[in-house]
Amino acid sequence: MSEKMKAEALRCWFGKSPALKGVSMPVVAEKVTAIIGPSGCGKSTFIRCLNRMHELVPGARVEGRVLLDGADIYGNGVDPVRVRRRVGMVFQKPNPFPTMSIRDNVLAGPRLNGLSVPDAEELVERTLRRVALWDEVKDVLGRSGTSLSGGQQQRLCIARAIALEPEVVLMDEPCSALDPIATAKVEELIHELGERYTIVIVTHNMQQAARVSHYTAFFYLGELVEYTDTNSLFTKPSDSRTEDYITGRFG
Amino acid sequence: MASSYLRRKWVDRLARGACVGATLLAVVPLISVLLYVGKSGLEGLSLEFFTHLPVPLGETGGGMRHAIAGTMILVGLACAVGIPFGVMAGVYVSEFEGPLARAVRFSADVLSGVPSITVGIFVYTLVVLTMGRFSALAGGIALGILMLPTITRTTEELLKLVPSSLREAGLALGVPRWRVTLRVVLVTAAPGIATGVMLAVARVAGETAPLLFTALGNRFWSTDLDKPIAALSVQIYTYATSPYDEWHQQASAAALVLVAMVLILNLAARLLFARRPGGGRS
Repeated sequence: MSEKMKAEALRCWFGKSPALKGVSMPVVAEKVTAIIGPSGCGKSTFIRCLNRMHELVPGARVEGRVLLDGADIYGNGVDPVRVRRRVGMVFQKPNPFPTMSIRDNVLAGPRLNGLSVPDAEELVERTLRRVALWDEVKDVLGRSGTSLSGGQQQRLCIARAIALEPEVVLMDEPCSALDPIATAKVEELIHELGERYTIVIVTHNMQQAARVSHYTAFFYLGELVEYTDTNSLFTKPSDSRTEDYITGRFG
Repeated sequence: MASSYLRRKWVDRLARGACVGATLLAVVPLISVLLYVGKSGLEGLSLEFFTHLPVPLGETGGGMRHAIAGTMILVGLACAVGIPFGVMAGVYVSEFEGPLARAVRFSADVLSGVPSITVGIFVYTLVVLTMGRFSALAGGIALGILMLPTITRTTEELLKLVPSSLREAGLALGVPRWRVTLRVVLVTAAPGIATGVMLAVARVAGETAPLLFTALGNRFWSTDLDKPIAALSVQIYTYATSPYDEWHQQASAAALVLVAMVLILNLAARLLFARRPGGGRS
């Protein structure tokens, strides 16, 4: 197993209140890593530090290092815009661009970045097939992205993120706004994408973490309590807090 | 139970009746102005009105070709001044928090309360005295300044309505912030901003006071930005306050044309910005 990313003593704050109190953990390449923990434990903040989205919040501050292929993304002279092109993100609520068609949403990454897309139709089809949306939308590519159902919108957003061929995809509770059927589809998709992409997924749902991920990290009150392979974490957690959480005693 | 239900039903009817009544009362002046302008304007309106210049007193006929063109030029100039500066100021105030943004917002609020004639005097001092003559340019600048606060504030309000999740989506794709602002945020808010711009245009198209000592008015055909220029509003003012019946009729016709111009511009802007991919609404 190779480490695609690595957080080292990562600490961050919103204004004066600390959100992460020194987190160190790896992100294994071409595997799905799940981050679980109760609300407010810093799991969303953590993944937003992995592509430098955290610092966009006024008053936010980060200390420590986050390595991407061994190089610190918080290093001197590193352009956060470049980092975000390599580390894509999917958000909690599906957020396709409402002014763009389905096709243009898929192409939004390269186009907004001013890159030329030599074979746009091919990229649209390949990407939409990869998120298992092609058959559902191939006849309505010109329709607005917001005309789709919630689950379809979320898969469109995943397509938009992977059309740029990022090296890592971060997902911030991607299913929490979806119904069970749409959730099942997106989960299946995440599992498949995990074969080729490095994925970090934040989830409230422990069953989901168990289903889609290879590695799981349990966060509590801004600290990393336990990080190990998913199976071990759920069957024989080594920390009592992890055990309490996964057995539903709190959170 | 039954009596409280009955009571609620009656209260509902009463409240609804009051709302309908208030709406009708508010619409009455609007409708009557439109009817009056339409009725009295149509009498004086003919093809000649659009194609001819005013004739000397005593002769019948004549038109306001020069003033129609003048109003279009003045509104065009005003847009050239007001839209870019107004929209950019709105973007700044909405997207960049800070003391300067607050100062700009406050200034826009103050400016929107400044009487239009004051803006006219300002431009008179700044442009007319400097250039040494009244000009279309001065008139356009005065109207443009009057458009600024409306455009700045509507742009700001509408950009604030764009969900921050769309900004995040753009930024997470590795798009620089200026591009996200330009190609995602502004584009999403464009239909609303266009409506705000149209409101501003409608407001300044009828402005008279600030034009009196900037564009001055002109009885003859001129499209020279460097020279005094006619405007429908100034022409209406001059003709309506004159003692001659022919001129009164011409003023009514001019009022109708002015209302129609604003209306057409408004509809055109709506049509232009109502288009969305595949007709999907959102």
